[in-house]
Amino acid sequence: MNRIEDQHDALMDLGHERPQVPAKARNLSPIVPRASIAGRALVAVVAIMTFLASITTGAVLLISASASEWQSEVASEITIQVRPVAGRDLERDVVAVTEAIRSQPGVVEVRPYTKDESAKLLEPWLGTGLSLDELPVPRLIVARIAAAGGLDLVDLRRRVRELAPSASLDDHRAWIERMRSMTGATVIAGLAILALVIVATIISVSFATRGAMAANRPIVEVLHFVGASDRYIADRFFRHFLMLGLQGGVIGVGAAMLAFGFSESIATWFSGTPVGDQFAALLGTFSLRPLGYLALAAQGVLIAAITALASRRTLFATLNAID
Amino acid sequence: MVRFENVGLRYGLGPEILRDLNFAVPAHSFQFLTGPSGAGKTSLLRLLFLSLRPTRGLVNLFGHDVSLLSKDEIAALRQRIGIVLQDFRLLDHMTTYENVALPFRVMGRDESSYRREVIDLLKWVGLGERMDALPPILSGGEKQRAAIARAVIGRPHLLLADEPTGNVDPTLGRRLLRLFIELNKSGTAVIIATHDIALMDQYEARRLVLHQGRLHIYE
Repeated sequence: MNRIEDQHDALMDLGHERPQVPAKARNLSPIVPRASIAGRALVAVVAIMTFLASITTGAVLLISASASEWQSEVASEITIQVRPVAGRDLERDVVAVTEAIRSQPGVVEVRPYTKDESAKLLEPWLGTGLSLDELPVPRLIVARIAAAGGLDLVDLRRRVRELAPSASLDDHRAWIERMRSMTGATVIAGLAILALVIVATIISVSFATRGAMAANRPIVEVLHFVGASDRYIADRFFRHFLMLGLQGGVIGVGAAMLAFGFSESIATWFSGTPVGDQFAALLGTFSLRPLGYLALAAQGVLIAAITALASRRTLFATLNAID
Repeated sequence: MVRFENVGLRYGLGPEILRDLNFAVPAHSFQFLTGPSGAGKTSLLRLLFLSLRPTRGLVNLFGHDVSLLSKDEIAALRQRIGIVLQDFRLLDHMTTYENVALPFRVMGRDESSYRREVIDLLKWVGLGERMDALPPILSGGEKQRAAIARAVIGRPHLLLADEPTGNVDPTLGRRLLRLFIELNKSGTAVIIATHDIALMDQYEARRLVLHQGRLHIYE
C-alpha cells in the first residue's frame, strides 16, 4: 500500500520547464583549496634549505676548481734548491745543475733565480739592501715540465746529486697530496651538509603534509564517501606540494645565484687592490663557471622533486590511516 | 546484492554492539532501518558502506566478500553506493552545484557531460536557486537536500540514508521520501535509517528493526 498518492503534491514537478540557469561551463573550485595548506611556511623552508644547499655546492665547486688550478700549476713545476757549502762554488754548481736539467728530456723551460731575485724573495722577511754574499742563502732553479710527462725524476735527481751534492729536488708531491686530501675533505663535508639539508627538507615537508592532511581531513573523508581512490585524493594534494616545492626551489636557487653573482662583482671591484690580489691568490677568480650555475639549477629541481616525493609518500601513508 | 552472515561488531575491547546479523538486501528493494537511539543503526550503515569492517562474520556486497577487498576495490564499490549522513558532510569551499557534482568529478567525467543532470536534480530537490551558494549559508534543510542530491546523482545501485528527513519539515520530508521511492523504482536498492514513525507510515516497505544489537525483520 502506497500512501503517497499525489506525486505533484509531494514532488517539485518540473514538467516541461527547463532550468533557468544557462548550461555554460563553470570554473570549478579546486577539490583541495590552496589556502588550506600552510603554503608560505613550506615555501620559506624549502627556499632556505635550497639556498643553503646551493651555497654549500657552490663553495665546494669553487674550492675544487681553485685546488685543481693550484695543483695543475704546481704539478707542472719542479724546484731545485742548491745550498751553499764550504769548499764548493755555488755559482758553478747552479750553472752545472741548470744545464743538466735543461738537457733532460721532458723539461720545457729552466729558470735559475739570480742572486738579486733570491734577495727579492727574502725581502719581506729580511728587508732591502741586503748583501747575500754574507749569508748562506740557497739558490733556486725552477723548471717547467711537459704536461705529457716523460721526465725521469729518479735519473734527474741522481744527476743533480752528482753535479752538486748539496742540491735537493722537490717535485711538490707531498704538498699536492695534502692539497688533494684537503679538497677531498671539503667535498665530503659539503656532501654531508647537503645530505643533512635534504633530510631536514624531507622531515619539514612530511610535517607540512601531515598538517595539511589533518586540516583537510573532512575533505578526505568526503572524497572517500563519493568513491575516490587514494591515488585520486593524493593527486589533488600532490599538485599543491609540487608547486610549493618548485616555488621554494626557484627562490632558494635564485637567491644563491644572486649571492654568487654579487660576490663575483665584489671580487671584480677589488681586483688590482692588495686585498683583491690576496683574495685572488687564495680563491682564484672566485667565479662559478656556467656549469656551476647549471649544477645549482639542477640541485633546485632535485630539491623540488624530493619535496614532492616526500609529500607523496606521506600522503599515501596518511591516507592508509584514514578511512 | 547485500548479504550478512553471522556478523558481529565491537569497537575496541568494548561489548559487541551488533550481534549475529543475518539478512540480505535484494536488488531493487526498499527498506527502513529503525530502532531506538544508540541501537547501532549508524554502525550498521557504516558496515554497509565499507567504512567499518565486521569483527566477525561475513559481509558480501555486490558478490564480493568485503574482507578480501583492497582499498582501491572498496573505492570502486563505493561509486555504486550513495550515502546520506546525518551531518551532511558537504565541502564548505564548494558551491552546492559542485558538491552535488562531486561523485562525477571523482569518476573523471567531463563537466559538460553531467552539467544538465546536476542542474535538473538540484531543481528537483528545490535547490535550483541555491546552486551557486556555499554550504555555510544554506539552511539545515537545504544542506540535507544537497547531501541527498549528491548521494543519488550517480544513480547508485544501493542508497543508504541516515535520518534523511531529520532536518526538514513534514512536507519536504514527504518530497524527499518521494525522491527515494522514484530512485528505487528506477532500480536502486534503498535503506533508510530513521526513527521517524510518521515517515515510515507513509510508505509500505520492509522494516529492519535493531534492538539490543540484534536485527528483527518485518516484511
